[in-house]
Amino acid sequence: MSARDVILARLRAAPPATLPALPGVAAWFDAHQRNEDNAQRTSRLRSALEAVKTEVHDTTADAWPDLLLQIAAAKGLRNLLLGSDTPHGALLQARQALNLQLLYYAKSIDSWRDVLFDEVDASLTLARSAIAETGSLILWPDASEPRLMSLVPALHFVLLDVSTIHADLHSAMRDEGWSAGLPTNALLVCGPSKTADIQQTLAYGAHGPRELVVLLCHPQGGAA
Amino acid sequence: MSPVIKIHPMEDFKARSRAVLNDAGQQRNFRGAMDFLQAKRRAQFPDREELEGLRDLGAAIRRYSLAHLPRLLEQLEANLTAKGVQVHWAQTPDEANAIALAIAQRVKARSVIKGKSMVSEEVEFNHAMQAAGIEAIESDMGEYIVQLAGEKPSHIIMPAIHKTKQDIARLFAKELPGVAYTEDVDALIQIGRRVLRHKFAEADIGLSGVNFAVAETGTLCLVENEGNGRMCTTVPRVHIAITGIEKVVEKLEHVPPLFSLLSRSATGQAVTTYFNLISGPRKPGEKDGPEEVHLILLDNGRTQAYADEELRATLQCIRCGACMNHCPVYARIGGHAYGTTYPGPIGAIISPHLLGLESTYPLAFASTLCGACGEVCPVRIPIPEILVRLRNEAQARPDTEEANLRGSGAARSVSGTAVWSVWAQVYGRLGLYRLASWFMSRGRALSPTEQGAWTRSRTPLVPAAKRLRDLLKDRKP
Repeated sequence: MSARDVILARLRAAPPATLPALPGVAAWFDAHQRNEDNAQRTSRLRSALEAVKTEVHDTTADAWPDLLLQIAAAKGLRNLLLGSDTPHGALLQARQALNLQLLYYAKSIDSWRDVLFDEVDASLTLARSAIAETGSLILWPDASEPRLMSLVPALHFVLLDVSTIHADLHSAMRDEGWSAGLPTNALLVCGPSKTADIQQTLAYGAHGPRELVVLLCHPQGGAA
Repeated sequence: MSPVIKIHPMEDFKARSRAVLNDAGQQRNFRGAMDFLQAKRRAQFPDREELEGLRDLGAAIRRYSLAHLPRLLEQLEANLTAKGVQVHWAQTPDEANAIALAIAQRVKARSVIKGKSMVSEEVEFNHAMQAAGIEAIESDMGEYIVQLAGEKPSHIIMPAIHKTKQDIARLFAKELPGVAYTEDVDALIQIGRRVLRHKFAEADIGLSGVNFAVAETGTLCLVENEGNGRMCTTVPRVHIAITGIEKVVEKLEHVPPLFSLLSRSATGQAVTTYFNLISGPRKPGEKDGPEEVHLILLDNGRTQAYADEELRATLQCIRCGACMNHCPVYARIGGHAYGTTYPGPIGAIISPHLLGLESTYPLAFASTLCGACGEVCPVRIPIPEILVRLRNEAQARPDTEEANLRGSGAARSVSGTAVWSVWAQVYGRLGLYRLASWFMSRGRALSPTEQGAWTRSRTPLVPAAKRLRDLLKDRKP
């Protein structure tokens, strides 16, 4: 018998437990829902992100490219990595920034790994949605905005439409129908990478980004 | 007794524990770390009702998952396979290492970069790779420090918890070329980041553990803060995940409560920096991610725990480490004293299945049964009850139905059995008890002054001059 068959046979030979009912996960989360509007969710998201050293800026769908360029200039960034063929990348490109070189993730990583690790200062990706409860940004990397964009560059900009903020992870999974199909990699991100492995002292910039900058896109004429 | 007893780790366990107890510096480190972690966890659960409700839910999910374990493993395997993940099964650490080694040799790997994985510690993965000439590098900061020092992790969540920043400053200055002594924690982390950064880019294989495996979607979930887990599972050409067979849940919606309990119980964070859901290798057109993803499902004694309805609860564990953070024994002797991959209360109850009760039963006795571990466990594992059960198993008569585990009866001795059989006789018969207690009280002057372990740090036990029965008689007018 193969290891697989032996293991499964042993498990099946064990006395059956008094079979517990399927846990009422949805009921528990429904009972703990807060009655809050989008502004309150946005504010909870913001506090949770700021608590872990994330820069959060309010902006709009029209104004964010200029804001990003200002921040990039203030931080002295030389270049910014964008996904290939993204609408937000096109918006930024149209601004024709003078001092910020725009790079594109156009080829497979295998051909330019060292450039990504050594020469890219920052990246910009779009968040699919977010979670108010924990301040998590939900990223679904794809062929256009690959996985390493949110991991390797030392500074990561995330563009988030505030109308997509969910109350909690359970609502996000349910309302977006995650169980019907997940991408190769889905991610929750809350803050820049960190560690407390040395004497329980919190230090940011472990192996991922050292800085996380979130641009909250409000509706035109809204809270921004 | 048999010579087996002579090489018994029990003696090492006691010697190691005593050494730590006599080390004032280590006592201070552990106390400080435990107080810190306890306070952080407490702050995450301000609402008692919410905490207890979430623990009920977490326990229900884990019990449900275990009740359906064989079916869920098959479902997980089918869904992962459909997405291009290769699933392997291993009964023993050797089998698990052989599977990983075969993959490494096929892809001609020279180095493996590792994310944090206690199962890889359990199977001694690094040794197996090194023996085959393949470099295995830890990339979690704590694991990296411990590997650099030639040690093993002393805590499942914070591997280098036994080290001060001064220890680490000295270690880095000694082991890393061109690194000057610094106690600045930010600077030390940046040194680690710099050294490991190119190891990620150069490694042929990334190895990771798994926090939750979701059967319905074929998804591996990884919880982390540093980003090294994402590096290991994204940059190298091959990703190998290794996990115990108990980590599977049926539905994606079962993950949020467990993830919340894990981050809050482990390090007192509302959420970790990253939650990474992996559902397959790089697809055509995608520009990064591994071309191959493998999952190794390890038994290593877990089916023994599963076979017993009481001990099965051991497998509910989500490896948060809260039980050790709240254990008065762990807080004093630290993780290394246990001599097992998993220390603390969870280590005492899982290790007998991995290593046999004969070499691990002392751990079940090294407990005051204060109950703190059971009280904080986010998935309600009745750890104190299981410790008592393991004590009984250790004293069980071999080859009877009292003995259910590998190594049951290992703590039984001729003298011990004789003492308890006399005790049972005396306490089971009133006349005999009266007679014995009369002799004991009258002969109290003859009590031995050496009473084994008891008198090592306490005054000898001496029977009372008057028995309760005599005292009651005296009270009569």
